[in-house]
Amino acid sequence: MITAERKPLEEILAYIKPFKRILLLGCNECVTVCAAGGRKEVGVLASGIQMSMLKNGTSIEIREHTLERQCDPEYVEELLPMIDSADAVLSMACGCGVQQLATRFKDKPVFPAVNTKFMGGSDRHGVWTERCQGCGDCLLGLTGGICPIAKCAKQLMNGPCGGSARGVCEIGEDVDCAWHLIWERLKALDLTEQYLEIMPAKDWRPGGGSGPRKIIREDLAE
Amino acid sequence: MKTESNLEKVLSAGHLAVTSECGPPRGASAQTVVDKAKYLEGVVDAVNITDNQTAMVRMSSFAGSVLVKQQGMDPLLQMVTRDRNRLAMQADILGAYALGIDTMLCLSGDHTKFGDHAMAANVHDIDSIQLIQMVKGMRDEGTFQGGAEIKGVIPKMFIGAAANPFADPFELRVMRLAKKIAAGADFIQTQCIFNVEKFERWMEGVRKMGLHEKCYIMAGITPMKSVGAAKYMKNRVPGMDVPQELVDRMASVAKEDQPEEGIKICLETIERLKGVEGVAGFHIMAIDWEEKVEEIVKRAGLYPRPQV
Repeated sequence: MITAERKPLEEILAYIKPFKRILLLGCNECVTVCAAGGRKEVGVLASGIQMSMLKNGTSIEIREHTLERQCDPEYVEELLPMIDSADAVLSMACGCGVQQLATRFKDKPVFPAVNTKFMGGSDRHGVWTERCQGCGDCLLGLTGGICPIAKCAKQLMNGPCGGSARGVCEIGEDVDCAWHLIWERLKALDLTEQYLEIMPAKDWRPGGGSGPRKIIREDLAE
Repeated sequence: MKTESNLEKVLSAGHLAVTSECGPPRGASAQTVVDKAKYLEGVVDAVNITDNQTAMVRMSSFAGSVLVKQQGMDPLLQMVTRDRNRLAMQADILGAYALGIDTMLCLSGDHTKFGDHAMAANVHDIDSIQLIQMVKGMRDEGTFQGGAEIKGVIPKMFIGAAANPFADPFELRVMRLAKKIAAGADFIQTQCIFNVEKFERWMEGVRKMGLHEKCYIMAGITPMKSVGAAKYMKNRVPGMDVPQELVDRMASVAKEDQPEEGIKICLETIERLKGVEGVAGFHIMAIDWEEKVEEIVKRAGLYPRPQV
């Protein structure tokens, strides 16, 4: 999933200060799962904004709504009946959702209420870790299902550096050495010989750097 | 001979080679580089010029190497993949060779977290093994990493790499060396050896795979200046393995005698490693103690350096 964390309230308040009527939009997908911008977080943020305004002797009208998917044009159309009655939109979706709204409603200010973080998964309740950097040319089949690009602090493709100790990366006790994990997997799978294959210099083009990447499925695209 | 490198000449003639290092200054003084390097003149076969070591900005390894070359000495250009992409690195390799630098060391580099620019991007377009491959491709195939042909003079670098026998997982460390050699490493400079017994176990594995016959392995040696330095390396430097008994030994002598005790330990290590099959030389890293290298080389019986 795409993970996110809510922005500090002060930053959000600064964005919406000039406006009287706000449409606060959650998303029912990834940001709901990582507890950053789903229906529940929309409610919490709306109360936070109202309380803060009350303290300062001001007020704001907030309409709360949560879309099934903010990154999908089909669901964004749902907003048509309510968009005109808002001066600005505050989105709790990831950056994909925010941009979907900004593209669709060209004359409406749209602000992010979360910081989009990374593609990751849940380790345990309340803890998420990065797993994928979207390099566009997946090599997990060669590394025991553990990604050195996302998980090694130096993105090393051919084994652990000299700073790996007791399975921990030199940059911090809370960071696993990705190559230690890969090595343990290769051993468990009886594939240690695979380690000796040199992974050549990576072609980073599928990972971006030439404008937004695009997928066109001829069989689906109209 | 693959190159004109003095280090290659010494090693291929079967001598125990000696290298040491000179860290460029955190300023633009050429004289500082020259002064540091002068301690090593006639004492070593090549002088490593570090590349933004510990991720702190310093005068470039390239410029430092040129300054050392101008003194008539043999620089060993260190290059880390942390700071530059493959275009920049190949450009420097061409430039360095054009200015008479023919020996280099391929490294990934310390993480930016440890330096004074922790906010900087870690580039890592390629890793150290891919850097070795790239330098070898330039030398042996006459091609750039992207596939195009190098025009005119081809940079013929004697290619070095690092190995840390003390990092984990230990069982992988010999295979990692094998991979560096398969990529094209001609020589290796190891991490500082304090745990000699563990190094010997690693060398056993190296010999079992016949890697000592494919590559020159230079043992990394660092003299400890004080018990404080010993403790610091034991506890604070990633990838270092300083046994407690060495710390205790340093602590057992008076403060003013600790430098000499550190030198003694380092000489004993060199003596013991001379007897280890596959050790082709010594890389003496006297951190901020360059002036002691001559004494160490002489007392270790590694002087005079062979003229080849």
